[in-house]
Amino acid sequence: MTTRTMGEPIPRREDPRLVAGDGRYLDDLGGGALAAAFVRSPHAAARVLDIDVSGALEVDGLVAVYTWEDLEGPVAEPLPLLIPHPDLYAGRTAYALANGVVRHVGEPVAMVVARDRYLAEDACERIAVTYEPLPPVVGLDAAVAAERTVHDDVPDNVAAHMVQEHGDARAAVAAAPHRLELNFTIERSASMPLEGRGVYARWDAADRSLRVYSSTQTSTSVRFALAVKLGVPVDRVEVVAPDVGGGFGVKIMHPWPEEVLVPWAAIRLGREVKWAEDRREHFVAAAHERGQRHHVSVGFDDDGRLLGLAVEFVHDNGAYTPYGIIVPIITATQLLGPYKPGAYRAEFRSVYTNTVIVTPYRGAGRPQAAFVMERTMDAIAAHLGRDRAEVRAANFIQPSEMPYDHHLTFQDGRPLVYDSGDYPATLDKVKKLVGWEEFAAFRDEARAAGRRVGIGLACYVEGTGVGPYEGAHVRVETNGTVTVATGLTTQGQGHETAFAQVGGETLGVPVERVTVVTGDTRRFKYAVGTFASRAAVMSGNAIALAAGKVRAKALRIAAEALETDPDDLELADGTVSVKGAPEREIALETVAVLANPLRYAFDEQAKLATQFAVGRGVEDPPVAEDDEPGLEATDWYSPVRSTFANGAHAVVVETDPETAEVRILKYCVVHDCGRLINPRIVEGQVHGGVAQGVGGALYERMVYDENGQLLNASFMDFLMPYASEVPKVETDHLETLSPLNPLGIKGAGEAGTIPGSAVLAAAISDAEGIFVDTMPISPSELWALRERHARNARKEDR
Amino acid sequence: GTPAGEVLHETRLVVNGVPHRVRVPARRLLPDCLRHDLGLTGTHLGCEHGVCGACTVLVDGRPMRSCLLFAVGVDGAEITTVEGCRSPDGGLGPVQQAFRDCHGLQCGFCTPGFVTTVTAWLRQHPDPTEEEARRAIGGNLCRCTGYQNIVASVLRAAELIREQEAAR
Repeated sequence: MTTRTMGEPIPRREDPRLVAGDGRYLDDLGGGALAAAFVRSPHAAARVLDIDVSGALEVDGLVAVYTWEDLEGPVAEPLPLLIPHPDLYAGRTAYALANGVVRHVGEPVAMVVARDRYLAEDACERIAVTYEPLPPVVGLDAAVAAERTVHDDVPDNVAAHMVQEHGDARAAVAAAPHRLELNFTIERSASMPLEGRGVYARWDAADRSLRVYSSTQTSTSVRFALAVKLGVPVDRVEVVAPDVGGGFGVKIMHPWPEEVLVPWAAIRLGREVKWAEDRREHFVAAAHERGQRHHVSVGFDDDGRLLGLAVEFVHDNGAYTPYGIIVPIITATQLLGPYKPGAYRAEFRSVYTNTVIVTPYRGAGRPQAAFVMERTMDAIAAHLGRDRAEVRAANFIQPSEMPYDHHLTFQDGRPLVYDSGDYPATLDKVKKLVGWEEFAAFRDEARAAGRRVGIGLACYVEGTGVGPYEGAHVRVETNGTVTVATGLTTQGQGHETAFAQVGGETLGVPVERVTVVTGDTRRFKYAVGTFASRAAVMSGNAIALAAGKVRAKALRIAAEALETDPDDLELADGTVSVKGAPEREIALETVAVLANPLRYAFDEQAKLATQFAVGRGVEDPPVAEDDEPGLEATDWYSPVRSTFANGAHAVVVETDPETAEVRILKYCVVHDCGRLINPRIVEGQVHGGVAQGVGGALYERMVYDENGQLLNASFMDFLMPYASEVPKVETDHLETLSPLNPLGIKGAGEAGTIPGSAVLAAAISDAEGIFVDTMPISPSELWALRERHARNARKEDR
Repeated sequence: GTPAGEVLHETRLVVNGVPHRVRVPARRLLPDCLRHDLGLTGTHLGCEHGVCGACTVLVDGRPMRSCLLFAVGVDGAEITTVEGCRSPDGGLGPVQQAFRDCHGLQCGFCTPGFVTTVTAWLRQHPDPTEEEARRAIGGNLCRCTGYQNIVASVLRAAELIREQEAAR
């Protein structure tokens, strides 16, 4: 047994439970709870004229039906706008149940509670809602044209308008020797975790306390939100994220209407109530992302070096803005990637449409940003007839220029300053991995054989580990086991393992003895949540700091017991011993016993700490003034700003000359997230990220018709990739340590997804000789693009 | 549902070798019966329309999407769920062990459907190639792993089963 596990690819500690069917996901809890179901709007825009519930009353097993009229107090008010921003001047949020108006298909109109879900849905079907449908606003064109509005009091449909600028970008473009004007569009997709949302609430009327289980990425914030909404003192509210079946961003949004209503009904009824989202609900009532249209003006010199870059874009935020404008802010700032832009200007409008709300999905505005920037790099290279990698290299921020200040404001309200990264080395590695230099020969060979192959390259920088903070509590139990608790949540990232590695190694105990609890407000009440690739950076460092405190305390107590100086001691394998005299040792469990002066002996071990056994001087208090009982500590990590991970993807594709099908022949990832806690887990995050990047580039989109109906709201029609579509990924890592945090780590969760559309568009363009500026791209769209291109070429010939 | 309440049907299921007798409405889906009536919550519902495969169980040894089956429709059948894919001593079965060895899961929600599917498939294909292994899992959706480590898990499971059989 060793206590050195940081950096080791140890198998995950959560897996035995999960592979055996012993996981406890939301709908596995609350077997006897009443079931909730929702009547949802079938219209994208409508006035609700009447809700007739009388038909539902006959359903055997019905317990309650609620509409907005039944809500009172804060529950009847609009849901919170979570991240206010001065530029979000017309932010709007929904009511938990529609208050006279619905603004997207799927918006909840009535809630039914019944003995089981079947009966609750029976009752939903018998509720007759009379709507006056209104013409909806669907798509960016309709939103910008503003002939119709989503909200009566937002006449131009614009929720937010932001400009960020450093230098005079438009003048720099105008003065540049070379200029390009480019347009880029990305369509909507969604996180689409295999487990939907879900909420289960238990109200203890005698104890006046509420426990809520939610499939959420932030149980601590749900707790505060529910206390406010439900008028229950926060100390009487506990929120637990059980095993969560994937999040990818969508579950950071909170409190959902259902998340408020289910506990509200549980309190009102004095019964346990549960709601588990079904797949169609998830499509029409959770959240989407990605829909943006961009215009780029870029000026550059003969080497392709950027002199000025001005980007304007429109962001489709759906019907409401409960999560603020985080996604477009990230696009505006992360667009710069690893490059020095010269003068830079980003301007966006965030607009309302009668569609599902938009909140972050893995990558959160960065896939769009990388697509825009990397395609711009490709366009510059094509314009100058230069190698695409060369043009990128000419624009890189050099390692010697770190920290690098972009003079912009990042999504956390802090200056956009890169802390570290070696972009030239990243590019070199990915070129080697994919065989960049050798590709031209392969392409020629393939062309001679009638095949179309192409290669693409895309770089990115990702701000990870945003604040404000995370904390951790570490305790050594008197049996020698260690419990680590941190408030942020887990949706498959392996925190039970990675955090045990950090805690165990810092403390000096084998990882097998460390138990990790996340996302349970009974165990840790203050946290922000799991998003922005922040968990390892934030909680990882908080755990290291707390474990360091515990270690120092253990050495101090052991030094007293061994009558030596703490500096002469070492702690390894759960034992404190005197350096050079290992026979003088004390087990950590004994130290834990001594740390808590006792009156009562619960077991043999505890006898050591009782009042007639301890030798502390009778003139001293049993617990010193600056001390506290227990071998435990809490600490916090709060960074001044984000740490910036980076990477590069390269891909080789083959396109079918007849069917325009795109096949990925080789997919390479080089990734730098600083120090790796568990390389196996990081590798897995990269694989999964790439799969979502490929899905977003080639298959997934939300297809709304002109009436605002989501036409592909099922797994039959929304094409998530299977094993047959996802390539085998070849990876390589750099470890450029972050100077901002004690462990030197950067986030890794989202990176794999970010350059997906950029790199695949580049490779398809290379194979086809046609510039791809709109993603995702299906075979039929590529086929249509070929036709258009051929028509234009014929016109030019004439 | 009918206003007056539903007619219940007596249904016999042998689940993971244990005989059960349940009284369920005709419309009760098999996974709801397994999860909520029998307490076997390892079978998960990811789409409820037969696409994702998370709910896959073995019905008389054949992998089937339980979300497309009514409990009454499989009266008398032998059902194997992920809980039944353990080794006889109660530890992890070879497929489960392989998923752990190869980091073949992240959130674990789709995993039960993969474990049952792979368990059945390896009985017919004890020595698969990588390409065959990838095809074997081609009908199940996973949103976390990108499948690469699941393919590796299938190969590892085949190896573990061969080792176990050789040891017998």
